[in-house]
Amino acid sequence: MKITQPDFSSNLSARHRRGRTWQLVFLASTVIGILALTALLFNILDSSFGFAILHAKVDPATFAVDGLPLEEQTKDQLVALLQAELSSGAYNKLNNEKSFEERSRAEVYALVVERLVKYEVEETWPLFESITSSAEIKAYATEKYPGDKLTFISWLTADFVSRPQSSEAVTAGIRTAILGSLWTILITVLFAFPMGVGAAIYLEEYASDSWLNRLIRTNINNLAGVPSIIYGILGLAIFVRALEKLTSGAVFRLVDPTTANGRTILSAGLTLGLLVLPVIIINAQEAVRAVPQSLRKASYGLGATKWQTVWWHVLPNALPGILTGTILAISRAIGETAPLVVVGASTAISVDPSSPFAKFTALPIQIYQWTARPQGEWRHLAAAAIVVLLALLLSLNAAAIFLRNRFARKY
Amino acid sequence: MNLKKRRRPGEIVIQSILFFTGFFSIFTTVGIVYELGKEAWLFFRLPEVNLLKFLTGTQWQPHIGEFGILPLVTATLVTTGIAMLIAIPLGLAAAIYLSEYASKKMRNTLKPILEVLAGIPTIVYGYFALTFVTPLLRSIFGSDVVEIYNTGSAGLVMGILILPLIASISEDALNAVPRSLRDAAYGLGATKLEVAIKIVLPAALSGIAAAVILGISRAIGETMIVAVAAGAGPNFTLNPFKAAETMTGHIVRISGGDLSYDSIDYNSIFAIGLMLFVMTLTLNIISQRIVRRFREVYE
Repeated sequence: MKITQPDFSSNLSARHRRGRTWQLVFLASTVIGILALTALLFNILDSSFGFAILHAKVDPATFAVDGLPLEEQTKDQLVALLQAELSSGAYNKLNNEKSFEERSRAEVYALVVERLVKYEVEETWPLFESITSSAEIKAYATEKYPGDKLTFISWLTADFVSRPQSSEAVTAGIRTAILGSLWTILITVLFAFPMGVGAAIYLEEYASDSWLNRLIRTNINNLAGVPSIIYGILGLAIFVRALEKLTSGAVFRLVDPTTANGRTILSAGLTLGLLVLPVIIINAQEAVRAVPQSLRKASYGLGATKWQTVWWHVLPNALPGILTGTILAISRAIGETAPLVVVGASTAISVDPSSPFAKFTALPIQIYQWTARPQGEWRHLAAAAIVVLLALLLSLNAAAIFLRNRFARKY
Repeated sequence: MNLKKRRRPGEIVIQSILFFTGFFSIFTTVGIVYELGKEAWLFFRLPEVNLLKFLTGTQWQPHIGEFGILPLVTATLVTTGIAMLIAIPLGLAAAIYLSEYASKKMRNTLKPILEVLAGIPTIVYGYFALTFVTPLLRSIFGSDVVEIYNTGSAGLVMGILILPLIASISEDALNAVPRSLRDAAYGLGATKLEVAIKIVLPAALSGIAAAVILGISRAIGETMIVAVAAGAGPNFTLNPFKAAETMTGHIVRISGGDLSYDSIDYNSIFAIGLMLFVMTLTLNIISQRIVRRFREVYE
């Protein structure tokens, strides 16, 4: 038998080189995710601001009184102008929604612009282009749209957040969408939080290892993996259709005047409630499980009943974890779009929702509809609405992290 | 002194309420199966529809009575396929980096950022696909090749969405491999890469497989990205630059208007939904089975 001396060193440098190359590849893959996140945020901010050419249907100069331009007129003058120019029906309708005495000058001015001047968006540019090639844009604008106004617009303003939905891009806002989202989430929480915490306590504290309880556990895990659109279909069949009498408010004689069917905030909230229920249960289970056994034993030792132990000792200690999990589930529900579309979100509502039996829209629905429109200006509005949505989610997540760090107990 | 167990009706009531909340999730599942099954049954009983043509037909055009689900399925496969082409290698590489290479500080910075990616609502990804990735693809491949709505950009963005999911679950699996295995390999003279690829990766394979299957199931059920960016209208094609409607995208478009009950469209979304539910449930169960059966147990 011939014994050859293996050469240990000949390929060692190659092996190390391969190691270094692959380390770079692994790092690059991780960084790609971060790059994608950066590109996404850049893209959204880029679209939220920028130049736009506005075409006034009626030249604002025609509304000047004694040479005083529109911008400098007093509130009373503007109200008088509205009264003179609008039909009395339209004027009274505005007055009924909110009387002119209550409206501020800025609000009345916005109304004048919306109803009388009627700006239309001709063309828009994103932020980056507006900064880097502003001279070209200005030259292009004066050549192609003489007489129209080229202005730098921030699509995201305080007004944008507080204005209701409108059919004109310049005056459209997301107040109704935000209120719709808040109403829906309120219903979701009212339903899913007690149900989820109850289920978690049952499974962790009461359930024995029987086939039924194993079935419940497996079932919850499987439900967490069901696509959200399936929940939408379920909501459509159960809440909107089968329980129409309940979700439209007919049972309580509270039918909202704007709607008479089951496509209401209540249906949407319950559908999202079913969707986040498994998430809340799983998170709450972990929180309950983390409470040390010694606390329970001590409580039993002092003669407490099972429920007394759970209510006075297990729950207070698990609460931070439960709340953190619930907040994360809520932030998932706020961003959900597909189930709401299927349940039947309304396309255009400009009236604030006033009860759970009202028609609903929501922030992500509004974003979806604006994104789906072919005209460019709506994309800018969608971007601005996305900024608001992301800010909302960010603050929720910050709250969750704060809760976790502030109240986390080590045993 | 009476030491007999006292009857406490209050405790029994509370326990019953808690049992109900726990049992409620069964109702949800039964509700899903019953409603999907019932309406899909009504759909298949319609004279225009038959099950064989539903599963093999290449045209989905309700107005002329063509109900072949294949165009919707191919679009779903194309978007899912592209998404996994992105998410599996990148997610796995990121998991290896985070678990084997990154310092603790690096890991604590990178992992939350990836988790942010997973927390962004999918409608935002849809916007991103339509207004950023599609124009990018069109400037690379030419706007006569790439349509405004295309399955390619939807798939790419979906890959970014699923990347953190795969990275996170795979990283947990890699982390669970005991240190002694790595040390043994180092002791035999292996380099870091060889330890990661030849020792740790195979040991964590069941967890990684489960992550991948979960990712596929997520991609099949993903809705808003494809509804915004992949196109409206069924199209029997495998070309990622063409517009095509996926199963989920179709459900969203059809139910967007005021859908009237018991119409053929209404019933058809339940049939498609049932198909979707069966596909994702099967994948999820397989994923759970893999974890349970092939988990390497180290003492």
